[in-house]
Amino acid sequence: MIQQLIEWLADPAHWRGPDGIPTRLLEHLYYCLVAAGFATLVALPAGLFVGHTGRGGTLLVGAGNALRALPTLGLVTFLYLVVGGTQTATLIGLVVLAVPPILAGAYSGVQQVDRRVVDAAVGVGMTRWQRLWQVEVPNAMPLILGGIRNAVLQVVATAAVAAYVGLGGLGRYVLDGIRAVDYPKVLAGALLVALLAILLDVVLSGVQWLVVPAGLRTAGVGDEGRRRPRRSARREVRGETTDTGGGRVDGRAGHGLRKR
Amino acid sequence: MARAWGARLIEFQSVTKAFDDGTVAVNDLDLAVEAGTITVFVGPSGCGKTTSLRMVNRMVEPTSGRVLVDGRDVRSADPALLRRGIGYVIQHAGLFPHRTVLDNVATVPLLGGWTRRRARARAAELLEVVGLPQEVGRRYPAQLSGGQQQRVGVARALAADPPVLLMDEPFSAVDPVVREGLQDELLRLQSELDKTVLFVTHDIDEAVRVGERVAVFATGGVLAQYAEPPELLARPANDFVADFVGRDRGYWGLSFVAGGALRPDEVETVTVGASGVVSGDEWLLALDEDGRPRGWLRPRAVVSGPLSEQELEPGGSLHTLGLPLRGALDAALSSPSGRGVVVDRGGRAVGVVTAHQVLELLAAERAATQARPEGGR
Ligand SMILES: Nc1ncnc2c1ncn2[C@@H]1O[C@H](COP(=O)(O)OP(=O)(O)OP(=O)(O)O)[C@@H](O)[C@H]1O
Ligand SMILES: [Mg+2]
Repeated sequence: MIQQLIEWLADPAHWRGPDGIPTRLLEHLYYCLVAAGFATLVALPAGLFVGHTGRGGTLLVGAGNALRALPTLGLVTFLYLVVGGTQTATLIGLVVLAVPPILAGAYSGVQQVDRRVVDAAVGVGMTRWQRLWQVEVPNAMPLILGGIRNAVLQVVATAAVAAYVGLGGLGRYVLDGIRAVDYPKVLAGALLVALLAILLDVVLSGVQWLVVPAGLRTAGVGDEGRRRPRRSARREVRGETTDTGGGRVDGRAGHGLRKR
Repeated sequence: MARAWGARLIEFQSVTKAFDDGTVAVNDLDLAVEAGTITVFVGPSGCGKTTSLRMVNRMVEPTSGRVLVDGRDVRSADPALLRRGIGYVIQHAGLFPHRTVLDNVATVPLLGGWTRRRARARAAELLEVVGLPQEVGRRYPAQLSGGQQQRVGVARALAADPPVLLMDEPFSAVDPVVREGLQDELLRLQSELDKTVLFVTHDIDEAVRVGERVAVFATGGVLAQYAEPPELLARPANDFVADFVGRDRGYWGLSFVAGGALRPDEVETVTVGASGVVSGDEWLLALDEDGRPRGWLRPRAVVSGPLSEQELEPGGSLHTLGLPLRGALDAALSSPSGRGVVVDRGGRAVGVVTAHQVLELLAAERAATQARPEGGR
């Protein structure tokens, strides 16, 4: 089986033409990026708003769960019948799939910023807008990006449904392979989807590393803290000792002393 | 803005704050804070200190009454602008974890439209002011000790040079030694920068130490007494205050009795390093070359060879001439010879005092005070 899979992948014929791997991969990537992009555009501001104001949190969580409960394949089929256009139906289905994790990430990210830090932002005189962009969003970055990564993974895995409504993407290999009882092809499709998911996740984790403020990367913080000597911590313990042992300022000789 | 020393800079006028759940956090507060002073709010947990403080920069809005800063109702000001003009040191520092220490301190100048360069230069200056080494500026808050974080919190509040500082238990997260150091620094800063400081603590020792005036709050947000520390210790307004200021208030009160009238006695001294020292029936005070006390040599000691510090009993605390009597009493009580060493400002010994002398002086002082019609302070 593995042997056949490798042969299938190695076959130059499978790397050319409208059903070739590069084309299918790009189609798949296109669906994913468009869907994830749209979902981010919708869900990120909504999540940030609700997290920032604290208003509508329950509504949001309820809506998110409801969306999550929708079966994507059923939704895409339904939209296909209602909307007509296959591509639109597919993309909407994927957007609906990607919205809940992004929403949840943005909302909980902002919501979970330390209350004292938010209080400090208000206290130093930030406007709401400044507080959101300068304090809440940077501190929510790990969770926001976690939500986006989550959404992308799900979309990559689910974009195979596009094939069911006659579109392209890596799902074609799986669907056509099953129809033609060509299991190496099915396997190759599944493998390519998995590889794409891993690749995108690696890219996004790189992005995450870039945009999450260094102060929040706790592992790095610890390392650095260990490398640098904490010299100043000691300075604070010095206090104002006035024991006989420690006279230390210059001055004039006293009276009332009898030299022995 | 020319501000007269002693002008009322912050005023609470019949201020009441009741939260939505019915809790009355502050009850009909009337109080004025003078410009250029440190005023302390002290009281048991939940008595409304933080709430009162936060009404000054509109973090909390009063239910009734008015809060004036520099003669203007704070409600007439834009909240964000008002807050940029009032330094606020938040309990447990509240630093921004995603920003370096330097950028934390630069926050308010940046909000005020300074260039990043200028704001950072100012921030670096302030690290120096609060006694932090420059390299700390590049670190993140998570890499600092609690005491360092609190200093950064103070630096951030000072960055835009606001005339008013609100400090909410700024030194609560540190051990007593560091805390005392920070208190000293606050007093030094205050004398250098001439800020009006509102300082919240639940520690009466801290209140008496840093406060020029102290407001004691009782549970329910009622102001129990507003007075200068000596007055508070000597004449608590009621049982609550007496209870709150605690058992050691008599001793604490000595911190406010001037020691100017203290006349130290003579004492026999030896110099460390001298050879062939033999003491008689009395303790000998050992000094170094510059006249600074090093310890005591016990009676009837015979030292062959040069006198080294090993032969000496470590001395007690020192009393600096002219400072309050508390230090003199402590010096006498902590000295192995029973005589407290008095030094000049330069740390050189000028004589000794006994506890008895201090107490006599105190009695005389008290008699003199009572003879005055007002009672004085
Ligand atoms: N947002 C709020 N909603 C309801 N009650 C509040 C709120 N903030 C404070 N309180 C209540 O008001 C009272 C005074 O609170 P405040 O924080 O001013 O006390 P405090 O004197 O600062 O106490 P501590 O020394 O513990 O900090 C308390 O009973 C507290 O529970
Ligand atoms: Mg408080």
